[in-house]
Amino acid sequence: MATVTFDHATRIYPGTERPAVDALNLHIEDGEFLVLVGPSGCGKSTSLRMLAGLEDVNAGRILIGDRDVTDVQPKDRDIAMVFQNYALYPHMTVADNMGFALKIAGTPKAEIRQRVEEAAKILDLTQYLDRKPKALSGGQRQRVAMGRAIVRQPQVFLMDEPLSNLDAKLRVQTRTQIASLQRRLGVTTVYVTHDQTEALTMGDRIAVLKDGILQQVGTPRDMYDTPANVFVAGFIGSPAMNIGTFPVLEGAASVGSSRLALPREVVSVLTEDDKGHITVGFRPESLDVVAPGTPDAFPVVVNLVEELGSDAFVYGSLTNDFGQAAAVHSGAGDAQVIVRVDPRQVPPKGATISVRIRPNEQHLFHAGSGERIG
Amino acid sequence: MSGTAQRLQITAANPDPALLDLPWHIPLAEWPAETLAALPRGISRHVVRFARLSGRVIAIKEIGETVAYREYELLRQLRKLAVPSVEPVGVITGRRAPDGEPLEAVLITQHLQFSLPYRALFSQALRPDTATRLIDALAVLMVRLHLAGFYWGDVSLSNTLFRRDAETFAAYLVDAETGDLHDVLTPGQRGYDLEVARVNIIGELMDLQAGEFLDDTEDAVAIGDALAVRYEELWRALTETESFGFGERWRVQARIDRLNDLGFDVGELDITTDLDGTSVRIQPKVVDAGHHSRRLMRLTGLDVQENQARRLLNDLDEFRAATDRQADDEAFVAHDWLTDIFEPAVRSVPRELRGKLEPAQIYHELLDHRWYLSQQEHRDVPMPEVVTSYVRTILPTRPDEQAVLGTRAEDLRDGETAAPPRGDDDFDPDQLIG
Repeated sequence: MATVTFDHATRIYPGTERPAVDALNLHIEDGEFLVLVGPSGCGKSTSLRMLAGLEDVNAGRILIGDRDVTDVQPKDRDIAMVFQNYALYPHMTVADNMGFALKIAGTPKAEIRQRVEEAAKILDLTQYLDRKPKALSGGQRQRVAMGRAIVRQPQVFLMDEPLSNLDAKLRVQTRTQIASLQRRLGVTTVYVTHDQTEALTMGDRIAVLKDGILQQVGTPRDMYDTPANVFVAGFIGSPAMNIGTFPVLEGAASVGSSRLALPREVVSVLTEDDKGHITVGFRPESLDVVAPGTPDAFPVVVNLVEELGSDAFVYGSLTNDFGQAAAVHSGAGDAQVIVRVDPRQVPPKGATISVRIRPNEQHLFHAGSGERIG
Repeated sequence: MSGTAQRLQITAANPDPALLDLPWHIPLAEWPAETLAALPRGISRHVVRFARLSGRVIAIKEIGETVAYREYELLRQLRKLAVPSVEPVGVITGRRAPDGEPLEAVLITQHLQFSLPYRALFSQALRPDTATRLIDALAVLMVRLHLAGFYWGDVSLSNTLFRRDAETFAAYLVDAETGDLHDVLTPGQRGYDLEVARVNIIGELMDLQAGEFLDDTEDAVAIGDALAVRYEELWRALTETESFGFGERWRVQARIDRLNDLGFDVGELDITTDLDGTSVRIQPKVVDAGHHSRRLMRLTGLDVQENQARRLLNDLDEFRAATDRQADDEAFVAHDWLTDIFEPAVRSVPRELRGKLEPAQIYHELLDHRWYLSQQEHRDVPMPEVVTSYVRTILPTRPDEQAVLGTRAEDLRDGETAAPPRGDDDFDPDQLIG
């Protein structure tokens, strides 16, 4: 078990100018489950491969514990890539299947047996150790595959989108299995996914990457409640946060035809780059439906209502004074907002509702840089 | 037939309408026996089945949609790079059971004629060095993949198909699911691929031993280690830089000859001299496999594998010497060899026995048999006699290798050709995870 450190780690593919991973600085604690998440091409898999030794490091270092492994061959890094290969050998017992990599490495038989038995206990496979894989259910076989990685007692587990080739049902099952297994084992784990829901459910901390640059790292709660910039705000959370850029007039943001009061200290930090605008984010669940004319409320025209039983979501549009849709983006698309409403009081399509952002639940960002103000 | 509200999405380069006749509304694991071709499968973590389609055999793998498309695209690119691999046929998504439940997407590939999964090779009574020859073939395949920039990620005997290639085998990539195509592979990537291969192969051999398909006396670890050695040897021969003094320039040609001998043409050779011109460094930059098969193709139009080509070219050279035609144009001599020697020999194998081996492989065995007979009888036995003897004594005892795959060749007899499925319970290759 060990910490993992990316120290200004950079990867530039030959023939390209923009780094695939740009001076990544990330420290992962011993025993932590850290998820690297981001859209396709953000550098998360490249970062993982740099840690694995499958990708050259053009600048910076990679450390496992105190050891600089930047130039160390993959097989000498004491890491285990989990789920890369998990076909079980039909003629070997479950115990032999789990332990054969150790057998190849020349580990003494007694030690192999001991490690296999320990792993089997954690995986609830003890009673199957002397059976053949044929006798096991699908879920049990998957655990045998995990057992193979566990018995090697690596310092770090690496997982690169391990659920991507599973069907939806199995994905949820396996997700839970992996998370609880990691908790029991306490082995430092670095996990890559493009699915932010997976990241939020599984990680102790999440690191969001975009275009090779680390956007923010923090607990799921931190990332959800206090996104550091517009990208993270829109990426984390489902349905996505509503985000719009509005002009600032007399200390308030003009949201649609309404005014949203802004704290004085926020207005005072706006820069030239912001060009008199501010970016406001508000989650669907942060909106209250109120009576028209309520201060700070703004109208939304209902286009569609999604009724999910326990929740209902209104997909609607904002318009401003001059009849044009304001520059808003949400999970519903451009010029649309999503509002969570009481499923027992669903407004009809075409109606106009007044919504207000609950106090202190708005997120304010610089219109120029996208960085969080408050 | 599918009679349900399915909206199948078929992605294929040459869509075969016959694909629509297969029961896509049924989960693959439950497909009725009459749709399937009974063929030996390798170990796989997914559901894989073989089916007949328009006179050929296709392999169907049930797998997630994104992964299926990705693998399809990778296989297409590998084909374009002329890397030995299975031919992708298509991806089908949008499958639904009659009750509306969505079913997994499938990736369809063409089954490689006359190819065998390694387990089938071990299930026959074979030469003791089979394992070593398979490893050699796999080493060559890995080198070719790595030269093309392809990182495999899960090299194993189960992910490979083997085809007889004269006295040895040629290996073909079957599963590209964990693969990645780069411009150039890093040493870390190559090293990791090799290590994964080594461990997987040792495991697979140990599994064969556990199932008593392979003798316990064979050292599985040593065979796995041999893969790494063979790979490194070949990789060095193909890519390493050589330095020598200016007076030893014959070594440039020697290097090219060595590469040709290994079956590679040199596409690009980097030659640098140092500032004072006393030493020369050469490094092959581009190498193309298939040196002998290309040459044979050019001379005769025959399309065969590399070692088979080498053998046939040797026979052609002998024919040339025997008929005293060294001064003649190579192309004319080749044409005569083809029409007077090769084709008559192959054609004299009775129709019903032609499904046993590829024509070039049959010829290779005829050459072996000729050598053997000539030794026995202390005279040069002419080919027609050799063929008669071979057809009578050797060929009928050989297992039906084309039929092991269940494929119908154009000139095979009609009717069912598939060998009966192996009844061995232990041979259940369908080890699924999840």
